[in-house]
Amino acid sequence: MGERRTIRTDYLARVEGEGAMTVRLQAGLVEHVELRIFEPPRFFEALLRGRAYLEAPDITARICGICPVAYQTSAVNALEDLCGVEVPEPIRLLRRLLYCGEWIESHALHVYMLHAPDFLGYDGAVELARDAPQAVERGLALKKTGNHVMAVVGGREIHPINVRVGGFYRAPSRSELRSLVEPLERAREAALETVAWTAGFEFPERNVECTLVALFDPDCYAIERGRIRSDSGLDLAPADYDEFFVEEHVERSTALHSHLRDGGTYLCGPLARFSLNHHQLSEPALQAARDAGLEAPCRDPFRSIVVRSVELVYACDEALRLIAAYEEPDVPAVPMQPVAGTGFGVSEAPRGLLYHRYRVDGEGTILDAKIVPPTSQNQRAIEDDLRDVVSRHVDLDDDALRGLCEQTIRNYDPCISCATHFLDLEVERG
Amino acid sequence: MTMRRVVVTIGNGYRRDDGAGLAVAERLRGRLPGGVELVECEQEPSRLIDVCDGAAAALVVDAVESGAAPGTLHRFDASAHPVPARLFRSSTHAFGVGEAIELARALGRLPARVIVYGIEGATFAAGEGLTEPVAAAVERVADAVLADVCNPEGDAAHA
Repeated sequence: MGERRTIRTDYLARVEGEGAMTVRLQAGLVEHVELRIFEPPRFFEALLRGRAYLEAPDITARICGICPVAYQTSAVNALEDLCGVEVPEPIRLLRRLLYCGEWIESHALHVYMLHAPDFLGYDGAVELARDAPQAVERGLALKKTGNHVMAVVGGREIHPINVRVGGFYRAPSRSELRSLVEPLERAREAALETVAWTAGFEFPERNVECTLVALFDPDCYAIERGRIRSDSGLDLAPADYDEFFVEEHVERSTALHSHLRDGGTYLCGPLARFSLNHHQLSEPALQAARDAGLEAPCRDPFRSIVVRSVELVYACDEALRLIAAYEEPDVPAVPMQPVAGTGFGVSEAPRGLLYHRYRVDGEGTILDAKIVPPTSQNQRAIEDDLRDVVSRHVDLDDDALRGLCEQTIRNYDPCISCATHFLDLEVERG
Repeated sequence: MTMRRVVVTIGNGYRRDDGAGLAVAERLRGRLPGGVELVECEQEPSRLIDVCDGAAAALVVDAVESGAAPGTLHRFDASAHPVPARLFRSSTHAFGVGEAIELARALGRLPARVIVYGIEGATFAAGEGLTEPVAAAVERVADAVLADVCNPEGDAAHA
C-alpha cells in the first residue's frame, strides 16, 4: 500500500458560520471527500408546522443573518402563489429594491472580508486591512450602503420587519428613497473599482462541468422571481422544482444532497446567473465584465469573485433605476385570504437559488414546509470540485493543500449559517 | 458634554444559548442612562464596526464556548489587546466578534474603550430557549453592563 496522508484543521475560517470537511488521500489518490453539514432549515421546517402562514416570512428570515431578504422573498412568493395573489408592480419593484440592498451587503462582505484575502495571501480581512486599509474601507462602505437600503425599505438592516405576505406593512415615501441615491451612486463607483481590483487577482484556470441553474425573468436579470432554467434546457415553473431536483441522504453524512432527477450535479449562484443571464445586466455592469475579461459562460469558481463584483455594479445600478422610477403603491399590501393547498416560491439569494414550499390548510395553518437553501444545492458540486482540486495538487504540502481546499470551498460563498454548523476541515493522508 | 457610548448585543435566538446576548438586551432596554445606545446585532458582527463608529466606548455582549462551565461570565478589556477570537467561534458568525474588533482596530476605528462580555454557552444547537445556567447568567451580565456604563470614572480613565 502507498502512503496515506492526513491533514486536519479544526474549523474552516471565513465561510459564513462553520461546518466540516474531510479529505482523505491514499497513495496520492483522493479516497474520500465529504462536506458535512448541519441544517438549520430542517429545524425551521419543523418550527413552521402549526404556525400561521403569515408568520413564515418573519420566522424564515431568522435562518440567516446574511440573507434574510432571500428567505422572506421566497416565503412570500410561495404563500402568494398558494393564495393566487399577484402583488401590484410597485410592490414587486420595492421588493426587488430591498433585495438589491441584500445583494450589495452580502457580496461586499464576501468579496472583501472573506474571499479577497485568499487571492492576496492574507490570513483574513484583519491582516489585509493593515496593508490595504483603503480597499477594506471600500468594502465596508459598500456593505454599509447595502445595509442602508435594507433599513430604509425593510425597516431594519438585519431581519427586515417591514415585509409581509401580500406586500409591506408600510411603503417608503419617494423622499425616503431619494436619500439613498447619493450613497448608491458612490457605491456604484466603489463597485466598479471592485471589479477592476478583483480582475487583477491571479486565477488558477478551473472549469467545472456541472449543469448551471438560475432563475430567468424575461424583463430583467432575475433576482426576486423567475422561472428555473438551466444551460441544458430546463425551463420550469417553481411548482415543478420537486419533480426535477431531488434531495437524497448521503452515506456518512447527516445532510441531504441535491441533484438533478437524472442524477446529474448542478450549480446555482453567481456563475450560473452570469452564464445564463449576462445579456440582461446593465450596460455599466456588462462593460465592467468585458473590461475584466469575463466571458459567458463562466465556469471558473475562482472567478466567482469577479462575477460577484460585477453583480455589485448591477445591484447598485438597478437600485438607482428602481428608485428613479418609484411610485408609492396605493396600498402597501394586498389583503390575503388563506387557501388550502400547496404554494411554491423561489428567488435568487446572493449564493443562488432558494426554494420554499408550504402546505397550508383552509385556516391558514402551515401543515408542512420545505426549504432548500443554495448551499445545500451546491454541496455536491463543491465536493466534486474539491476532489478534483486535491487530485491535481497532491504534491503540495499539507498546509498549502489545506489552504487551497479552503479557498476552493470559499469560491462558492457557502452560507454555512444556513446549511451547516462547525465546519471542520480534515485532510487525512495516512 | 456627553460622549456617545454603545452597548452591542450579538446573538441568534434560534441557536439556543447563542441567544444570550439578545436576552441581555431585553434586560437592558429602558434601563440604560442617557447617551448610551443599545444595538442588537443578530448574527452578522461585521456591522459592529459601523455601530461603534464615533463612539467613545463600546460594550459588547456575546455567547462564547471555551470549555468553562455553562453560565461562566468572561470579561475582556479589548481597548488595547485582542480578545481571544477562538472563544467566539461557536457563535455562528464566522466573521466573528474578535475579528470585527481587530478589523476596527486595524482601520483606526475602534472606540477608546472596548469591553467584551462573553457568556459561556452550554449548547448552540438549533432550537429556542436558553439553558438554565445561561438564563441565570443573563441577569448578572445585565447588571455588570449597567455597572460599567454607569461608572463614569471607568470611562474617564480610558478616554
